[in-house]
Amino acid sequence: MNFKLNRRGVLAGMAGAAMMLSAGGPVLAQQETIKVGVLHSLSGTMAISETTLKDVMLMLIEEQNKKGGLLGRKLEAVVVDPASNWPLFAEKARELITQHKVAAVFGCWTSVSRKSVLPVFKELNNILFYPVQYEGEESERNVFYTGAAPNQQAIPAVDYLMSKEGGEVKRWVLAGTDYVYPRTTNRILEAYLRAKGVPAEDILINYTPFGHSDWQTIVSDIKKFGSAGKKTAVVSTINGDANVPFYKELANQGIKATDIPVVAFSVGEEELAGVDTSNLVGHLAAWNYFQSVKAPANAEFIEKWKAFTKNPRRVTNDPMEAHFIGFNMWVKAVEKAGTIDPDKVIAALPGTEAPNLTGGISRMLPNHHITKPVMIGEIRADAQFDVVWRTKDLVPGDAWSDFLEGSRDLEADWVGRKCGNFNIKTNRCGN
Amino acid sequence: MSFARVLCALLFSALACLSMPDAVRAADLPSALTRLAADDFTETAQAIEEIADSGAPHAEAILTALSNARLFIEPATKKVFWRTPAGVVHDALSGEPVAAAPAGMDVVRINNRLRRVLANAIGALTLMAPEPQRRRAAAEALFRSRDESALPLLEDALKAEKLPAVARAFREARASIMLAAAETPKAQRIESISVLRERADMGAIASLRSINAKADEQAKALAAEAVADIEQRLKLIGYVQNVWYGLSLGSVLLLAAIGLAITFGVMGVINMAHGEMVMLGAYTTFIVQEFLRSTAPQWFDYSLAIALPLAFLVTGLVGVAIERGVIRFLYGRPLETLLATWGISLILQQAVRTAFGPTNREVGSPSYMSGAFDLLGVSITWGRLWIIVFTLVVFVALLLALKYTPMGLHMRAVTQNRRMAASMGIRTPWVDAMTFGLGSGLAGIAGVALSQIDNVSPNLGQTYIIDSFMVVVFGGVGNLWGTLVSAFALGVANKFLEPMAGAVLAKIFILVLLILFIQKRPRGLFALKGRAVEA
Repeated sequence: MNFKLNRRGVLAGMAGAAMMLSAGGPVLAQQETIKVGVLHSLSGTMAISETTLKDVMLMLIEEQNKKGGLLGRKLEAVVVDPASNWPLFAEKARELITQHKVAAVFGCWTSVSRKSVLPVFKELNNILFYPVQYEGEESERNVFYTGAAPNQQAIPAVDYLMSKEGGEVKRWVLAGTDYVYPRTTNRILEAYLRAKGVPAEDILINYTPFGHSDWQTIVSDIKKFGSAGKKTAVVSTINGDANVPFYKELANQGIKATDIPVVAFSVGEEELAGVDTSNLVGHLAAWNYFQSVKAPANAEFIEKWKAFTKNPRRVTNDPMEAHFIGFNMWVKAVEKAGTIDPDKVIAALPGTEAPNLTGGISRMLPNHHITKPVMIGEIRADAQFDVVWRTKDLVPGDAWSDFLEGSRDLEADWVGRKCGNFNIKTNRCGN
Repeated sequence: MSFARVLCALLFSALACLSMPDAVRAADLPSALTRLAADDFTETAQAIEEIADSGAPHAEAILTALSNARLFIEPATKKVFWRTPAGVVHDALSGEPVAAAPAGMDVVRINNRLRRVLANAIGALTLMAPEPQRRRAAAEALFRSRDESALPLLEDALKAEKLPAVARAFREARASIMLAAAETPKAQRIESISVLRERADMGAIASLRSINAKADEQAKALAAEAVADIEQRLKLIGYVQNVWYGLSLGSVLLLAAIGLAITFGVMGVINMAHGEMVMLGAYTTFIVQEFLRSTAPQWFDYSLAIALPLAFLVTGLVGVAIERGVIRFLYGRPLETLLATWGISLILQQAVRTAFGPTNREVGSPSYMSGAFDLLGVSITWGRLWIIVFTLVVFVALLLALKYTPMGLHMRAVTQNRRMAASMGIRTPWVDAMTFGLGSGLAGIAGVALSQIDNVSPNLGQTYIIDSFMVVVFGGVGNLWGTLVSAFALGVANKFLEPMAGAVLAKIFILVLLILFIQKRPRGLFALKGRAVEA
């Protein structure tokens, strides 16, 4: 107890000192710029994915400033490092909002980091743009979800595999890392597959710990499961780091995409950059964006990105596009509202439209999710994806899955109902 | 453009079909090639069949190129070309090589369904290939596709086949097709079942399970019986397989822990930066490979051999620097050592992240380390086999070095009785630095091997640090043989638990068992005895 009090005292003292230091100099500059918070891990396990998003935010802000800034003021990025440490995310979010007075925050990757900052954003009433595909079952007033909800990634991917073009898959392995995103996604998928008439014995669910590196047993189990004479596919929600050894083992044990295709939800261009893909050709990924999509907006974005990072081999990926869309939506909403006041921007955001990179126009929905195209890509030998299927129209993100008991009756609507989980059966807000 | 002209054209082509089928078939190639230009998977599927049926001498070359993304279309003229692996461009229509490849060609795209269609078509075309390997591959493709239309070709190929091994592959493919076909006589179906039963692998089970629904009850019962029989046999093989997987996991654990067995086991330094030494070794491999890729790609297969001594040197030097710079001031203060080395590990991680970026780096596998082979039904991957061999070599070399070199003698002397060793004239601080350098260097060469199976990222070390401590503590601190036994025991136990309990629970079980064991025997499996322990 004593120790805790002491530590708090020290922290408060340090924060006070920091404020005094910063208050001394650039008061004028502070009034002139609009600050944008960037809350991505630059060290620790998640740095592998999140550092890129920090860079893309810096690029977008620089671009916007070249165009003259926002509301006649320059934008300024405030970058903090939550170091892949979930409680630190909340602390850093608080620092961004109270100390740096940011207008909005772009950040988080894992669902647990998002859950950890939620109370801060609610309490201090600020805006978070969350750019990663996630498990859904959430809609908060202060959060805008620019990544895919399960109906924009998982369900269409399964539909594709069931189609003639996808190989008419009859048997399913749902393999994931053991945490909230794969568990929820697999629950939704299992309910969906059962509803489609897939018997329980044709679904194998397997979880592995974070950073699992010895895949021999699991890959040979998948091989065994796939020898039942019915077309089998693996739906992988395996988290970033564990993927490389998983794919290496698949290749080594000779599982080809033509025999047992693997469709992954967390493997993109960035993850494949560290893998020799010549043995993985044909395995699939489902996203809302691929670098290989031929569209003028995309070509321009890729060129800018390579110039900004000064690296002609840098790749782009789906969460980067999500930040691109989210940032442009925020800019438009601020322009519409004429202020950076969070309440007015939150009210202005639903209905805002911004171009995505694959040739469509995405729109922010009243449930704080956006419309996106869904694409299935096959891995090519050059570690890029070949889009083999895509939806004709943009798919609106659904916060509450229609395939889960309890979530089916919920509806998120922050415009009409002003509620993130309105129950249409009992007709009131909240479960 | 009029209706009459279209009708006329249709009639003409129909007549032509009836009167001279061969000529039309040969003429199919141009129309098939124009289908490819549509960039539509259904059209491409149609084109593949037409090309296979066209009888053109280079049909197989076109299809192989298509399946390897080496078939191109020139968008302006819709002409199709293929490129050989050597880089020569051929015109698909004539089959002749062209002098200069047109610029701006698009690859003809395929998907998994087309890859299966292609494998089947190429299989049918290469049944008579001169090389036995390709004939076998063709048989294997037909075995999996169970495509009835290839049956006549297969029969012909079987009659002409001289090599017994290939003939067997053909018979198995025929059996697989016949079992799945609707119109197979009962006797042949039963014979097919016995052929597949002899094959006795997972592929055979898949074929037996896809017996046609129209087959009569006796055949179905026989097939089910054969499946049960094969599964029984596979179950036995499964145990062997588990042991193999366990040994393989154990070798990885041993490799990761062997350096720690020196720094922690022999010297008693709680070295939290051990994992980062492994990571540095892996990054050394990456640098060596990058260098070879840009300067001498023909040497790529030797990259690991070149990386080994380099990694040992680099991490060994870093280890000596850490010992001289930090650890030597902290001997006898385990808590401070733990915190200091943990700090070093964070510094090293972030340094590598800044230098190389946070993303994974690609470390390629030399040709002799990729792929797998079958031994008595157990599929053994070359990479894993080499890692086991390598681990054992390192282990034996370390044992010999400790036992028979003067340096090893000094190390043992210093760790067993520092004051006595000092009074005999051994420079103990120097020996400490060398010992720590040796442990770090061993971690470095472990990194070279682990770069073959894991991510090369700044986080690489963290995955192994806990497992390494687990192995050393379980084996008995200060005992190399204990480390060996404990690594393999933990590996095999993990692999037997995993199929039953799942990967997450298996890991928890192992940890619980370990805690219970340490309660009973706090000094691990092979505790050191004697005065050295008390010192």
